[in-house]
Formats: sequence, structure tokens, C-alpha cells
Amino acid sequence: MKTVSFFGEGVTEALHLIVTGDPVVFTIALRSIYVSGIATLLASLWSIPVGVHLGLGGFRGVNFLRNLFSSLIGMPTVVLGLIMYLLLTPKGPLGPLNLIYTPLGISLAQSLLITPIIITFTASSIESVENDIRELAITLGASKFKSAITVLKEGINGVILSIVSGFNRAIAELGLALIIGGNIMVENSGLNTRVLTTAINMYTVRGEFNIAIALGIILLLIVLIINALTNTFRREKL
Amino acid sequence: MKSKNERILITGIILLTIITIGAITTYQNNYRKTQNTITISTTTSLYDTGLLEEKIGPTFQEKTEIETRFIPKGTGDAIEDARQGASDLILVHAKEPERKFLEDGHGVNRKIIAYNFFTIVGPSDDPAGIEGMKPAEALEKIYFKADNENIIWASRDDKSGTNVKEIGLWESAGYSYEENVKDENWFRSTGTGMGKTLMVSDTLEAYTLADMGTYLSYTKENHIDLEVHVDEGKELTNVYAAIPINPKTHNKDFEKALKFTNWLTSENTQELIGNYGKEEFGRQLFHPAVKVLEEKDPENVYNWIVEYGFIEGTECPEKYRYLNFYDNR
Repeated sequence: MKTVSFFGEGVTEALHLIVTGDPVVFTIALRSIYVSGIATLLASLWSIPVGVHLGLGGFRGVNFLRNLFSSLIGMPTVVLGLIMYLLLTPKGPLGPLNLIYTPLGISLAQSLLITPIIITFTASSIESVENDIRELAITLGASKFKSAITVLKEGINGVILSIVSGFNRAIAELGLALIIGGNIMVENSGLNTRVLTTAINMYTVRGEFNIAIALGIILLLIVLIINALTNTFRREKL
Repeated sequence: MKSKNERILITGIILLTIITIGAITTYQNNYRKTQNTITISTTTSLYDTGLLEEKIGPTFQEKTEIETRFIPKGTGDAIEDARQGASDLILVHAKEPERKFLEDGHGVNRKIIAYNFFTIVGPSDDPAGIEGMKPAEALEKIYFKADNENIIWASRDDKSGTNVKEIGLWESAGYSYEENVKDENWFRSTGTGMGKTLMVSDTLEAYTLADMGTYLSYTKENHIDLEVHVDEGKELTNVYAAIPINPKTHNKDFEKALKFTNWLTSENTQELIGNYGKEEFGRQLFHPAVKVLEEKDPENVYNWIVEYGFIEGTECPEKYRYLNFYDNR
């Protein structure tokens, strides 16, 4: 009974918040997108080349590395959060950067979290590009670099999927945002760190379940919309 | 052998990464410089009621234009955070860890700001029959009856202020938390915050020690059917203190931390704290402490604060004062 009514109220509340364009919810949602977007951008920068490299293979230790990265996907966010916390606190090695309890701090931590995801998925999609094309590219192309570009073009759908998966993981995780961000909210501040997941956690702790569910629905909607957009894009590419 | 293209690619990636991180870091640090901020690690029991973010923070900002960034943690965690140099000030409620914190040179000029009472809550039919008892008696009774009857005790077991109080209460009842209590089969460790522990207690029909603020917000929203059984007794006194970080140990903003502490103990703010929750919860959540300490009135409350909130017979021993705090008021 209770559960059903909470869910009902949550859906109504979510609709209400979206329709009225509640400024607080709106900025929190935007911050979620921004923080995890930066994380995905950073992670993609270094993960896609590594993923392509691993996907093409042909060097020693490639299997070991691929196993390593696919195992790291299972890294618990609290453990990574704790490691990052110790690195980023003022007394830690990266302390002078002043990144603890800031949005960029969360982005950096999240980018590390999703690095194994993007690398592994990219490597798989490159590997699944037909052998003929890969070999043809390598024989035709003068360098490995050029063949990598050719294969990347063929496997672009899989790579996009890996980026989107990374983003979804980043925006939906709680541990890092809470430990590194701290769920800070000051009106009109540029350094706020309250994102959707930490807000959901906070309202749950306060016992305000319907707002928590509403924010959860908004989070799911964001992920849904982004997935729909990329799917359309991928279909057009095909 | 790396081709020229590969080298360009790798350099490009490194450069882009540094530029992105560098640009945002610069923005953030500039913001902090121009925009007056203070970072405060706080106990969850103050934070979860909304007092800090909804009342204290905005009012202080209006007055001083300083942004207060509250980081909610358990008391143990908040103290650890400050030890790492992450905050300018802590708001906590556990005397012994606070003393240690001062002694280790991390904090100075401790100031008691408010007090309220813990409460032992449990199933409405009160299977242990502790209604109206003194806390130590109630725990003793639970300890005795729990073995044979279907009685469960839930503990946060997370080194929070509430957990520290619970450990002290078990001791005053004659049991060692670590040796006698934790291993009992009627003991449940939740290892998490107050709200979740209340939810767990409700499901298990267990007794637990709770702070009044969180308990009231959960009953207000009808999430739990637990009832207050023990809420009288000086042992349940819960004393909140503010401790600015020692400027000699950490490079933190001592001046602002002091300003905030002074403001917290000012008459108007004390009134603000005292009135908070009356509207929403229909009951006062926190009692202002400054006046009680100054006037030693009401006497019984004063004595409780002395017993459960004072360190070496005072709010803050002389040796842990950095500047003469009282001159700055």
C-alpha cells in the first residue's frame, strides 16, 4: 500500500516538477549532465585510442590488458571514491589542485570510473569489425595509424555506444558524487556539487520519498532521451 | 617504433586533457577567491533536518556574503575530514572524539552552540517494557529480556555522535559495547545513518537510540511506527559544538570560521536555532545553549551540559584557544 502510494505520488511530483520547470530541480539535473558530460569527454579522450589499440591487437600482453580493463568495470564506486578522496584532500598528493568538494573533482573521479567501460566496449567493437576489413586496412594502409582510422570508421557505432554507456554509468552513480562532491548546495553558487543521485540520497535520508522518486524518474528520463538520440543517430549512420 | 601520427595523437590527447582540467580548475579556484566561501563538515543530525542549508546558511550569507558549504558526514567522519584539511570548521556532537581532535592540534576555540536529547524508540507495544524508565535501566532490561524474548536492538555502529552516545549508555548500564553487546544475537548493526537505521528498526520491530530531529521527520512523514519510550534522563543530553580548524596546523580560513562561530552564538542566531522546526515538526528540535551557559539557568540543564559537553571542566580549555575568542565577540 505504502509503496504504491509513494510511487504514485512520485510520478505526480515528477510531472509537476517538470511541467512547472522547478528551478532547483532544473539546475540539479543540468549539473548532473554537465558533471558527467565532462567526465565522459575526458574519459573518451584517453579511452578511445587505448580501446582501438587494444581492439586491433597484435602485440604482447593484449589479452592481459583487456582482461584487466574488463575486470575494472566491476570496481565499486565507494572504493574508487575513497582512493580519489585520499588523493584529492588537501593533505593528499593532488591536494594543491583544490578539487575536493568541487564539480570538477566529481568529473575526474567519474572519468576514471568509466575509463574501463569505454576501453572495453571500444575494443570489442573494433574487434568485431570484420577481419577482412581490418586486414585489408593493414595491408593497404602504410601505417597502423591509418588502418586504425579506417577500422574506427567501420566500428563507429560500437564506439558511440561505449561512450553513451560510460555517460549512463557516470550520471547514475552515487558513491563518487557523494564522497568527492559532498552534495553541497548554496543558492547561486558556482561551486555546487549537488547532482541528481546525491539529491535522491539526501531526500531519502530525510524521509521525503516522493521527491526522491520524482528525481529518480527525471534521471531515468535523461538517460532515456540520450539513448533515444544516439539510437536515431546510429540508425542514420547505418 | 611510433609513427609521427601516433606521436601527434598522444601529445594532442595529453594537451587536451591538461587544458580541460586546467581551465576548469582555474575557474573553480578563482571563484573561491572572489566569492568568499567557507567549508563546514557537519554531523548528519544537524544537516538532515534542513536547519543548516535552509536557515543557517542563507541567513549567514545575507549578513556576511559568505557562502557556507555544508558537507554532511557522521561525527567521526566529519572529524576525519577536518584532519585531512578539507574543511574550515566542524559541527559535531561527541565530546570524547572532540577532545582528541583538540588535543591533536587540529581544532581550536571550541564553542557549544546547542543541545537537545536523544531518545530510545521502539515498537509501539513495547515488548521489553521500558516505557518511562531511565536510560541505563532501560538498556539493562533490554539486555536481560532480549535473550529469551523476541526483542531486537539496532545500532548505527558507525562511530557517529549517536553511536558514541549509545556506547556510553551501554557502559552506564554496566555493559561493554564491544565485548558484551555487539556479539549478542539480538544485536543488529546497521552501519549507516539515522534515517536508514530507523527504517531498519521499524521493519525488524527493534529498539534503537535516535536523535529527536531525525525521528520526528520520519514520524511526520508516516514512514515508521516506532514510538518514543525513553526520553528523560541527563544521560540522553546531546551537545552540539562548533570547532574552527587550527590555523597553525592547517592552511584554512580561520578568520571566517571564527566569524561563523561568533555569529552562531549571537543572540539572533541562537533564537533562530531554537525556533527551527516548530512550524514544520510542531516541536522544537534544538535548544540554544549559549544563554544557558552564560546564566547557568536552568540549573539542571546547565549541569547536564557541563557533564556531557564540557572538556576538562570548560567549553574549551585555555590551551586549545588560539586567539582570545571572547574578545572577538
